[in-house]
Amino acid sequence: MSIEIRSVSKHFGDFTALSDIDLTIPTGDLTALLGPSGGGKSTLLRIIAGLESADTGTVAIEGVDATGVPARKRDVGFVFQHYAAFRHLTVAENVAFGLSIRKQPRKVIAERVEEMLELVHLQQFADRHPAQLSGGQRQRMALARALAIRPRVLLLDEPFGALDAKVRKELREWLRRLHDEVHVTTVFVTHDQEEALEVAHHLVLINQGRIEQVGTSDQLYDEPATSFVMSFLGPVTTFGNTLVRPHDLGIATAPTGRPGEVGGRVLRYNRVGFEVQIEVDLAGAAAPALVTLTRREAAEAGLAGAEQVWVHAVADAVRVPVPHAEPVPAVSAGSRELDPSGVR
Amino acid sequence: MSGVLAPDRSRPEPAPAPRRRPRRTTLDRRSGTGLGLALIWFSLLVLIPLTAVLVKASEGGWTAYWAALSDPQTAAAIGLTIVAALVVTAINVVMGTLIAWVLVRDDFPGRRVLEVVIDLPFALPTIVAGLVLLSLYGPHSPLGINVANTRIAVGLAFLFVTLPFVVRTVQPVLLELEPEVEEAAASLGAGPVTVFRRIVLPSLAPAIASGAAMSFARGLSEFGSLVLLSGSLPLHTEVAAVRILGYIEGDNLHGAAAVASVLLLVALAVIVLLDLFSRKVTHRAD
Repeated sequence: MSIEIRSVSKHFGDFTALSDIDLTIPTGDLTALLGPSGGGKSTLLRIIAGLESADTGTVAIEGVDATGVPARKRDVGFVFQHYAAFRHLTVAENVAFGLSIRKQPRKVIAERVEEMLELVHLQQFADRHPAQLSGGQRQRMALARALAIRPRVLLLDEPFGALDAKVRKELREWLRRLHDEVHVTTVFVTHDQEEALEVAHHLVLINQGRIEQVGTSDQLYDEPATSFVMSFLGPVTTFGNTLVRPHDLGIATAPTGRPGEVGGRVLRYNRVGFEVQIEVDLAGAAAPALVTLTRREAAEAGLAGAEQVWVHAVADAVRVPVPHAEPVPAVSAGSRELDPSGVR
Repeated sequence: MSGVLAPDRSRPEPAPAPRRRPRRTTLDRRSGTGLGLALIWFSLLVLIPLTAVLVKASEGGWTAYWAALSDPQTAAAIGLTIVAALVVTAINVVMGTLIAWVLVRDDFPGRRVLEVVIDLPFALPTIVAGLVLLSLYGPHSPLGINVANTRIAVGLAFLFVTLPFVVRTVQPVLLELEPEVEEAAASLGAGPVTVFRRIVLPSLAPAIASGAAMSFARGLSEFGSLVLLSGSLPLHTEVAAVRILGYIEGDNLHGAAAVASVLLLVALAVIVLLDLFSRKVTHRAD
């Protein structure tokens, strides 16, 4: 097992960044640490890299205890959100930095730099300075720099967070393919559930310094361990005393006699592209329920203009009890995207 | 590792642009007026008086000019001034960077006070600085350290008044350095010394250079802070500025202008050299 984290805790003053984390990250995998900003995922990544030290607990990399080992001796490649480019060095010199620290022969360095620049498609930019590159190019340079030293693990801290949407999508796809080629154990931090689901094999959902759930994207989406996991990985709505996905609710203009069916009044009927969103005030419910279906389904059911409807949960719907503490708003899809610039 | 990884094959990346040096003018009527005013102002205050000095220095012809400069007392004063300014600047480069580092990177009680006090030598009237130095390192020193009438006094006075320059130019640059850049270097295997030498220092170099230029120029011109403590002994502790005053008091304006022109040329040379150096470094970074 590549990275083993045992009972790691970390406090910043009164703030608990991580409390008693146990986690094993498998060798050769692409794992995402996912969670809201300030949840502790970046802190965990920095502890793995040795850029931060844990208050308690141990970290082992490839079976070797790394707890007290400084960052420079961990053989870890680290990619930062804002590139952390060495501005006074050329692209080639940036990539060569780690190798020249290791006192490699000139020829070996030149070959490795060439190979890395080819990998990230920056060959013709070798003699430029970072300021002359776009954000996406800079991040690719940073990745080449981290990979040049043949790290045992590659760690990326919100690597696409500073890029615009289009470049971000390209780089995501690219990271996935890069990993298929290089096979280095890779851990990346993101607050974007879509990014995590798209790129990673394994997801670790971290919230308020604790691990909520570990698993594949299917496991987290289909078998959420907690209401937090469920609401973080996609839109949810309340139905009775459970959380359910809005597309897992069925809706009809007349009673169908299904178990658990509840009647209610349509509050809002909203069409967004191919999707129709209907907000229903259900009898005896504290908050209105949100039902989403495709436009065709809505037309076939004759829902446009309907005032009285009957709502049920489909047979294989994922349902999680509503947490007692806080009422979940009808549409929580928006609350997933927390401010990425928040504290670590 | 072959080329499966092409994030933007479809969108060819722009070919490397040639190093560009925009030489177009952006002057319109309003900014033209502004430039005119600035030039007149600068000419009245700086260019015309400087030219006048140079003209005055050349009035007596090359022989008179050379005679003034080759006078042993004058040559000694100019030599002492340049050497002392160079030594002091070298010390300031090290100490100023160190002080800026401590002010930015460390947190300790009294940091804010120190922050303010740093500027004091600069804000103080130089003759007050001279008085301070005299009472501390003069014949009646409470410390028992008497450097009055020695060349150390000259260096001490230079050090006192030039202390803030490097600190104040390096500090803002140090504040702006992203800690992540140093972390990146560390994760690539660099120890603290290597990180400082190969990552931090190159970023600070232009700021250090401009601080050094100011410190050197100020050293060349220093007068008030050292006259009391150095005693201005001819051939020993007399500096160029005092020598100029001596010439003027002796009604030898040509001599005074000759010394002044040398100071002017040396200051210009050092400022241009340091500017070239910092351009060379920043040019790579932008």
